[in-house]
Amino acid sequence: MTSSIAPNSTFSQLEVHAGATPLGLELPTVVRFYQQMMLIRLLEERLLDLFSQGLLFGTTHTSIGQEANAVGVVNALDRDRDIVWSNHRCHGHFIAYSGEVEGLIAEIMGRITGVCGGRGGSQHLCFRNFHSNGIQGGTTPVAVGTALARKEEGAVAVAFLGDGTMGEGAVYESLNLASVFGAPVVFVIEDNEIAQTTPKALTVSGSIVARAEPFGIRTFAYDGNDPVEIFELAREAVGYARAESRPCWLYLRTERIGPHSKGDDTRPALRLEQARARDPIPPMRRRVANFEAIDAFCRSVVDRAVESAAAAPLARG
Amino acid sequence: MRVVESINRALHDLMETNSRLVILGEDILDPYGGAFKVTKGLSSAYQDRVWTTPISEGGIVGMAAGLALKGRPVIVELMFGDFIALAADQIINHAAKFRWMYNDQVEVPVIIRAPMGGRRGYGPTHSQSLEKHFCGVPGLTVLATHEYADPGALLHRAFAARSPHLIIENKVMYARPVLGTAALPRPPDADIVIVTYGGCVEHAVAAAAKLAAEEEIATTVVAVEQLSPFPYEDVQRQVGNCTRVVAVEEGSPGWGFGSECARALIGRVKYFSALAGPDHPIPSSREWEDDVLPGVSAIQAACLDLFRKG
Ligand SMILES: Cc1ncc(C[n+]2csc(CCOP(=O)(O)OP(=O)(O)O)c2C)c(N)n1
Ligand SMILES: [Mg+2]
Repeated sequence: MTSSIAPNSTFSQLEVHAGATPLGLELPTVVRFYQQMMLIRLLEERLLDLFSQGLLFGTTHTSIGQEANAVGVVNALDRDRDIVWSNHRCHGHFIAYSGEVEGLIAEIMGRITGVCGGRGGSQHLCFRNFHSNGIQGGTTPVAVGTALARKEEGAVAVAFLGDGTMGEGAVYESLNLASVFGAPVVFVIEDNEIAQTTPKALTVSGSIVARAEPFGIRTFAYDGNDPVEIFELAREAVGYARAESRPCWLYLRTERIGPHSKGDDTRPALRLEQARARDPIPPMRRRVANFEAIDAFCRSVVDRAVESAAAAPLARG
Repeated sequence: MRVVESINRALHDLMETNSRLVILGEDILDPYGGAFKVTKGLSSAYQDRVWTTPISEGGIVGMAAGLALKGRPVIVELMFGDFIALAADQIINHAAKFRWMYNDQVEVPVIIRAPMGGRRGYGPTHSQSLEKHFCGVPGLTVLATHEYADPGALLHRAFAARSPHLIIENKVMYARPVLGTAALPRPPDADIVIVTYGGCVEHAVAAAAKLAAEEEIATTVVAVEQLSPFPYEDVQRQVGNCTRVVAVEEGSPGWGFGSECARALIGRVKYFSALAGPDHPIPSSREWEDDVLPGVSAIQAACLDLFRKG
């Protein structure tokens, strides 16, 4: 069964002050989502800046353009008990879960104050029940196991996957395992139609939306970039997984606006323009009256985090 | 010429002279030309024989074995050597077994190229040196490129063998100039021999230069190109009568290159020590990587230590 919500719609503008905390959990939904999205956006733009200034090493994969997925899905979870498995493009998921801006920046800067003490870096994060790893598809069976381990406590596990990761066999073994063992896993597919430099059309056959159904797994699908609509659909999916102790497949059509990593975008200008046209931030600005105040707040959170991360000791052996 | 160009040129030559040869890998099409640019230009020159693949490392290597088994040799690029773990079954239980198990009725001309090694700040899943886990697999030859030989020629040799080969390349080394064997330090009557391979060779050479300049210790560097089957006699011959040997590798300690060197040299040398990477995953922090991977100063210190023993 496939359900979907049409992208929409008219909201009255909300005037609320920026949150007292990075996640703004006390704020009304739309404002809270806007704040979380901006926090992710500004943090990742800053990371790209730091890289180009030569202040960061290694690699990074920003979720610029995909913030609505992170915010919509993670806010549908119970942060106290649910489990998140993320991939290489994990900053947005991580921030929406934890609000730990400084912990993430310090981690990427290789500082002892990073969430993994400088061991993991950009794509190997752990914070409470949030985990990410840099091997495509490898986390999916692990997500199934964690869901089974905690299902008696009513917990659900979420596994974020990209369209390109549909190539990995482990994904299909996990679908079967989750269905056979009744694991409450929400597989979240972020389909940005590209894997690194390879367009989906070159390497993904058939339908991604329809992939899970033959395993007896219920599907939820959405094409749009509205965090509130994603949140509502994700809440339905998570609620189903929790109530029925069953896996489900949450397909989200999205757009990667930034490069895969840094300066490695080989897409034609027209395709990039199409991606930018689906930027989730501008429509949110039309719904949040005092977005400038929120932007300023988020910028100050990022600024302070970069400053204190830079002042922290390097992780050394 | 840099190492990346030497390998790239050899790939072009092999494609030119072998009209059935296929190259497989992730993101290998132009203009990107692979994560480390080794396949640059190939998809433009040989459009129908350079196949960019789904993210399916096990599947790609298995498909390569099938292609090769029935007459189409394949060179597979793994984007990062770390992902070879996903192809382990296809290599160990399929590609490497077919020839012997099928009573030599078949051959499997597959080359897998794997960029390994750290010092790029890529973190625990993109910085490893996993080659030792594939050494000692019957039917598989494991080679390691270095800039003090000819990386392109190594690829040609592997192709000519028409059997499963794993070639370990090094991410940092791609940008290094090809220097050739003559540039390796081989003083007569060396006080110490450093035996190493791959990305550690440049550090061994730098350490040898410092030992000569600062301590007047004559140090030879033996750079091994074939890791498995291990070339015991060649290593013995190159070590010669020297009584002190330091083995250096970047992978995790134990069950590795150092152990094989010891096996080759047991009873022949008086003092032996082995340096390796950390016995934990490779950290993301760049500084921490330099602290725990065997670099110039660690190699120099190990040599001095051995020298002072007698
Ligand atoms: C097993 C494995 N193979 C290859 C890679 C290299 N790699 C990292 S991200 C990526 C593309 C992933 O594409 P997709 O799943 O669509 O996610 P997106 O990057 O679009 O978010 C690739 C090939 C990897 N990290 N792990
Ligand atoms: Mg994608």
